[in-house]
Amino acid sequence: MLLLAEQVLNGLQYGMMLFLMAAGLTLVFGVMGLINLAHGSLYMVGAFACAAVAAATGSFWLGLAASLAAAAALGAMVEIVVIRRLYSRDHLDQVLATFALILVFSEGTRWLFGSFPLYLSLPPVLSGAMTLPGGLVYPAFRLAIIFIGAMVAVGLFWLIGRTRLGIRIRAGEADREMIAALGVDIAKLYTMVFALGAALAGLAGALVGSVQSVQVGMGEPVLILAFVVIVIGGIGSIRGALIGALLVGMTDTLGKALLPGLFARFMEASAATSVGSALASMLIYVLMALVLIWRPTGLYGARA
Amino acid sequence: MTLKGKLIAGLATLALTAGMAHAEGVKVGMITTLSGGGAGLGIDVRDGFQLALKMAGTSDVELIVEDDQQKPDIAVQIADKMIQSDQVDVLTGIIWSNLAMAVVPAAVAQGKFYLSPNAGPSALAGAGCDKNYFNVAWQNDNLHEAAGAYANSAGYANSFMLAPNYPAGTDAIAGYKRFYEGAAAGEVYTQLGQTDYAAEIAQIRNSGADSVFFFLPGGMGIAFMKQYAESGVDIPLVGPAFSFDQNILQAVGDAALGVKNTSQWNKDIDNPANAAFVEAYQAEYGRLPSLYSSQGYDTANLLLSAIAKADVKDADAFRAALEAADFASVRGDFAFGPNHHPIQDIYVREVVKEGEVYTNKIIGTALEDRGDAYAADCKM
Repeated sequence: MLLLAEQVLNGLQYGMMLFLMAAGLTLVFGVMGLINLAHGSLYMVGAFACAAVAAATGSFWLGLAASLAAAAALGAMVEIVVIRRLYSRDHLDQVLATFALILVFSEGTRWLFGSFPLYLSLPPVLSGAMTLPGGLVYPAFRLAIIFIGAMVAVGLFWLIGRTRLGIRIRAGEADREMIAALGVDIAKLYTMVFALGAALAGLAGALVGSVQSVQVGMGEPVLILAFVVIVIGGIGSIRGALIGALLVGMTDTLGKALLPGLFARFMEASAATSVGSALASMLIYVLMALVLIWRPTGLYGARA
Repeated sequence: MTLKGKLIAGLATLALTAGMAHAEGVKVGMITTLSGGGAGLGIDVRDGFQLALKMAGTSDVELIVEDDQQKPDIAVQIADKMIQSDQVDVLTGIIWSNLAMAVVPAAVAQGKFYLSPNAGPSALAGAGCDKNYFNVAWQNDNLHEAAGAYANSAGYANSFMLAPNYPAGTDAIAGYKRFYEGAAAGEVYTQLGQTDYAAEIAQIRNSGADSVFFFLPGGMGIAFMKQYAESGVDIPLVGPAFSFDQNILQAVGDAALGVKNTSQWNKDIDNPANAAFVEAYQAEYGRLPSLYSSQGYDTANLLLSAIAKADVKDADAFRAALEAADFASVRGDFAFGPNHHPIQDIYVREVVKEGEVYTNKIIGTALEDRGDAYAADCKM
């Protein structure tokens, strides 16, 4: 029972982490119609900025602030220098250009920081494990990730649903020529949306880098999952990204935890492990396929 | 033709003849991983190899280095180019077993020598062995077997085992179980490249194990170690050296302190060759060598010892010179078994902190003069 509760928390934490990645991606994809493969690089840049600043100043919190600032600044710069030229192009050109950005950022980071992983430790407040009510022992930092993810979700819902900026973002999603004609500076709006998405990716990178490893190429595996999340949730929908991320996080974690045990009931132990693990790693893609059969535009997708 | 043009042409001819005179030595093609997540390993092998050449002060070896990006198809392309247009005599450098399987059989079939500084897949040690293939590092299973032997001597009787779901991962657990005599508290295969181990750590917490054996090379190991330390689980860890090499330890930090791991090399092995290597490596590159560096260094010294004895164009003589392994290995005693894989001691190391640097020290020997489990299947 405790094991199951721990796995549910793990799924929740994994889902929140994916949400931070997917939220930025879905905003950029939904509002600007841009496929940004370099989103994973912004995640990596956030992690490296956090590790470098934390190593220089000794403060994790300054590092976290630096990760937000660095990723947002880089995002804004990339939007102005490269991405802006791609809105009118088709998706293949966007994929090519942003793939080139991945290579530039990866090798640039290697040039600056070297090929070896960097060290990023947790602040003392959040290190170690906590005992939750019911006797469950759980790492404090993972609880913090769940909390931060929930805060970001609330903040984004408020921003998109309740503010003037949010109205413009939604309007830009519906008809970009029309709101430009109404006098909204669409170029500036796009730069802001892109920088916001980049900052969220940078935050995710810094949080994850402190429990995993900070190294070149860390963003690409997460990027693939983030695309799965936004396809499941529906492109352009923050709510879809949240629900999709939690679904993927839960499915992946619980699948890995429960499937091998399930197969062991009617198979030999070693065969059950290999079949169960193999199936568990496919499970999120099966989920994606099922959702797409049921709702081809994703759970909350508006576009056909 | 103007005077200037003639001058340039003349100089070019001169440079060409000088180049040809120089190309009398042995041409070595190194295919290794210099970009992407696994680049640290390839860079260490290359640096160790080049250091040995530099220390020998030889001009007999011409080294060509290319990056395989950890992709089998690219490694095969580079190998074809090196064999056909560069006409190398010897190939070396590959880090990953899946790349070695893609390149080595074709290269040795074309009569080239291949000296492996890292990958040692079982297929190339057993029925698929070749007279021109030499492994200077270990057969893949070796360090895991040593971990199993260590687990017995430490009195562990209920191990939880964790490895990625790919050939080297299944070999790792098979290798551990070949020597480990206790029960299995659990056996979990994770995805290759996985970086979040919360689900596995929850299983370990509830498994009732008295020890955890894990094989998670590169970034996977860093992630696992940090998360394990944060999780509040305190079951002792055992593993091969790959998750505790010199470069990874700095990223893991305190979480790795005290962990026992198995390796054929460490910087404190007491012999003159090793002392000279560790000192020269630090002076040249400003960092401590890793086990990959030591493997690159030994590979180059093996090659140099063979070049001193025989001409590479005389394949039989050169092969005999390689088989003799007449060089001062930084590991101490070193010999080749009948399948051209090392017979060597494998040690148990403990992670310690020396000043500000995390490193390893040897605390015992896990296996003495260990060959490998596949030699009997090899018919050369």
